[in-house]
Amino acid sequence: MQTLPMMPEQASTAASEVDALYIFLVALTTVFAILIAGAIVYFAVKYRRRSPQDLPRPIEGALKLEIFWSVIPFIISMGIFAWGTSIYFKQYRMPAEAMEIYVVGKQWMWKFQHIEGQREINELHIPLGRKVKLTMTTEDVIHSLYIPAFRVKTDVVPGKYTSLWFEATKAGRYHLFCAEYCGTNHSGMIGWIEVMEPPDYQAWLAGGKQEGSLAQAGEKLFQSLACANCHKSDQAGKGPALDDLFGSVVALQGGQTVTADVEYIRESILNPQAKIVAGFPRPQMPASMPTFQGLVTEEQMLQLIEYIKSLKTKQGASAQPTQPQASETGAGKPQK
Amino acid sequence: MEAIVDQPRVHYINKEYGVKSWLLTVDHKRIALLYLASVTLFFFLGGAFAVALRLELMTPQGDLMQAETYNRMFTMHGVVMVFFFLIPGIPAVLGNFLVPLMIGARDLAFPRLNLLSWYIYNVGAIFTLYAIISGGVDTGWTFYTPYSTTYSSSNVLLTGIGIFITGFSSILTGLNFIVTIHTMRAPGMTWFRLPLFIWSHYATSLIMILGTPVVAITVLLLALERIARVGIFDPALGGDPILFQHLFWFYSHPAVYIMVLPAMGVVSELIANFARKNIFGYKFVAFASMAIAVFGFLVWGHHMFTSSQSVYAGMIFSFLSFAVAIPSAVKVFNWTATLYKSSISYSTPLLYALGFIGLFTIGGMTGLFLAAAGLDIHVHDTYFVVAHFHYVMVGGTLMAYMGGLHYWWPKITGRMYPEGWAKFSALIIFVGFNLTFFPQFILGYQGMPRRYYAYPPEFQVLNVMSTAGASILGFGVLFPMVYFVWSMRYGKVPADNPWGAFGLEWQTSSPPPTENFKQTPVVTWEAYEFSPRDKMEILGLRGVEETKV
Repeated sequence: MQTLPMMPEQASTAASEVDALYIFLVALTTVFAILIAGAIVYFAVKYRRRSPQDLPRPIEGALKLEIFWSVIPFIISMGIFAWGTSIYFKQYRMPAEAMEIYVVGKQWMWKFQHIEGQREINELHIPLGRKVKLTMTTEDVIHSLYIPAFRVKTDVVPGKYTSLWFEATKAGRYHLFCAEYCGTNHSGMIGWIEVMEPPDYQAWLAGGKQEGSLAQAGEKLFQSLACANCHKSDQAGKGPALDDLFGSVVALQGGQTVTADVEYIRESILNPQAKIVAGFPRPQMPASMPTFQGLVTEEQMLQLIEYIKSLKTKQGASAQPTQPQASETGAGKPQK
Repeated sequence: MEAIVDQPRVHYINKEYGVKSWLLTVDHKRIALLYLASVTLFFFLGGAFAVALRLELMTPQGDLMQAETYNRMFTMHGVVMVFFFLIPGIPAVLGNFLVPLMIGARDLAFPRLNLLSWYIYNVGAIFTLYAIISGGVDTGWTFYTPYSTTYSSSNVLLTGIGIFITGFSSILTGLNFIVTIHTMRAPGMTWFRLPLFIWSHYATSLIMILGTPVVAITVLLLALERIARVGIFDPALGGDPILFQHLFWFYSHPAVYIMVLPAMGVVSELIANFARKNIFGYKFVAFASMAIAVFGFLVWGHHMFTSSQSVYAGMIFSFLSFAVAIPSAVKVFNWTATLYKSSISYSTPLLYALGFIGLFTIGGMTGLFLAAAGLDIHVHDTYFVVAHFHYVMVGGTLMAYMGGLHYWWPKITGRMYPEGWAKFSALIIFVGFNLTFFPQFILGYQGMPRRYYAYPPEFQVLNVMSTAGASILGFGVLFPMVYFVWSMRYGKVPADNPWGAFGLEWQTSSPPPTENFKQTPVVTWEAYEFSPRDKMEILGLRGVEETKV
């Protein structure tokens, strides 16, 4: 390596925005550092003690100066605040039209699942020029998915889904790091992001052994875990039908409502009593759903979610007209 | 200076001899020295861990030690430095020695509690040392759950107990300072005549009393989950791991100000006395300390921008973090302005003070990068953060601590340190420090995550620079250790007030008698009044014209 680069490659739409703020701050703080250091050096030389009897005249202070150097930095810092926050909001509000990939972290590897069924470990292939949203969770401790070339990072927290999005602007291979200390082999929990031209990506997706899509895997699980016995699509089961559920607003017992997003579905599988749909259990068939805690792995959970997402009746869109609010993690965006 | 030379004067050191006279002393000055011994031991222990870490990071692959060992090393480096050196460092050593002397009191308000706090510190220290010797702990000093409660098989509990216990010594010291400053000021020592060292220790004490119980509770909850499997933080037990981060940072961010506020107090003293000038904008500097103490409690969430907390929470924490930067900036501007038209003597303590201003300014300004939430997403948990807080903790707190030790060394020991060696090592420390930590800013922006035992090869050049710097820094801190000890026996015997300084602590003999002052001083002058008040100018207001004669 001959040169010392000051920053990683800019390979996403966010990268140049983050770098612009960074470069601005480097320039700004350099100016301030030079001003302060310059003043100190100048004073230190000019007012060095010339005789042991030197007794400088005391100076009380100056209100105007105090106001000046409190207010000006405050105004500048508010500018930085606004700039930083606008990038922050852009980064942590998920775009609606992104293609989704699921991530499960565990000590010490990254597991990726494409909707189409491809699974990868410590390597993620993505297409160039498309917004990609990662929905992430972990089987054990907190991890943090970090792609320096994209300037993005989000902690991956057990017991919930967090998300992160990016749009790659440059084909290539980029580092993928775990940024949250996660135990012995934390520094080995690294991998690569492979950004491919869209045709190459399509070819990559088509290649390899096809095990069927994530939703198909979820459907098999849905049968084998006997979910289908109660959640019948003809509204005749013990549990509510799940068609067109995802993204809709569900009325709950007690009059509350909830948007059926990934968190809601996850909770309903692991802790079914937490939120009960209004009108259930049906008076004529009393039943309560058992918990599936410990029976469903994080990866299987994602397959089930993807299956439930795929359950759409033909006239689904009009049957469920409600538009859920975009939650700030963007987890509740409907699939169109 | 016409003191009796034939007979050695009785002072707090030679008044009594023997181990018992030290271990059972209630003299704040002796307790300060006990603390000095304890924190010095921990400083070198923490430093040894740091050296081991830097050596491992010379090469990209792991070679010197196992990953597991490395993880324990950085955890113990953090735990030892934060809880056993940086937090007690300046308050328990310099504060203990100087708070009563500076306000004209005979001792702290509760001398026995003061001794008790040293014992509590040591009991906590023994637990922590035992945890280290019996295998160490590998969670990082941040103890994030559920790793610390469910997954780590290291000595989390022992270390936690050590931190829990040591916290009480911090609380007692804070309590003692607050009561002393409120009730034991000498006649005439009004609040606005207090040295800024006292103001900053007052602010620090508030944080110690209000913040430390929170970390104690957090450690208890962690223990409860680890031992009894009560679901508080681990989602597998029904807990919330992010809750731990809130509780932890609610203390640990203000703890940063426990480390740096006393340092700011020291720097105010050093600047004033070596520039022979009252601190410019005294009240603004004093209130800045209080503002930092208060606002410091409201910014903890900036450690959690990427943790999946709400973006609106992130926005508010970002705003407050920028707000808390202002009082720190005001202090730097006022210190700089104090030098204007002053009379500066380049003694070692002043070099440390100027070093502090430079490094703390860099540490503070890189804090702005981290407070900008959108930029923090990229640099969070990278070496950028590591560099930032070392600039504040080492460039700030350690520089001020060293400067303060040199400045008050003749007061504490009645001996002078060797000036030439001291200047030399101050320079070495400054150079070594910058070479160690400046490259880490670049490493961080390039994307190297912190707490990495092995790293991709393109990061090696900067890591080698950092390790080279660390070895220079390591030598730099060894010199003072040697010459301080040497000077206790062979150092020149200085006058009672070798600096011609104006604080009350210099109005008594050096070293002071056990009772500090032969008679209670009556204060009739303002803080840092080197020359008559009636000649004072008020810059920027009409004062200049009026006082010109």
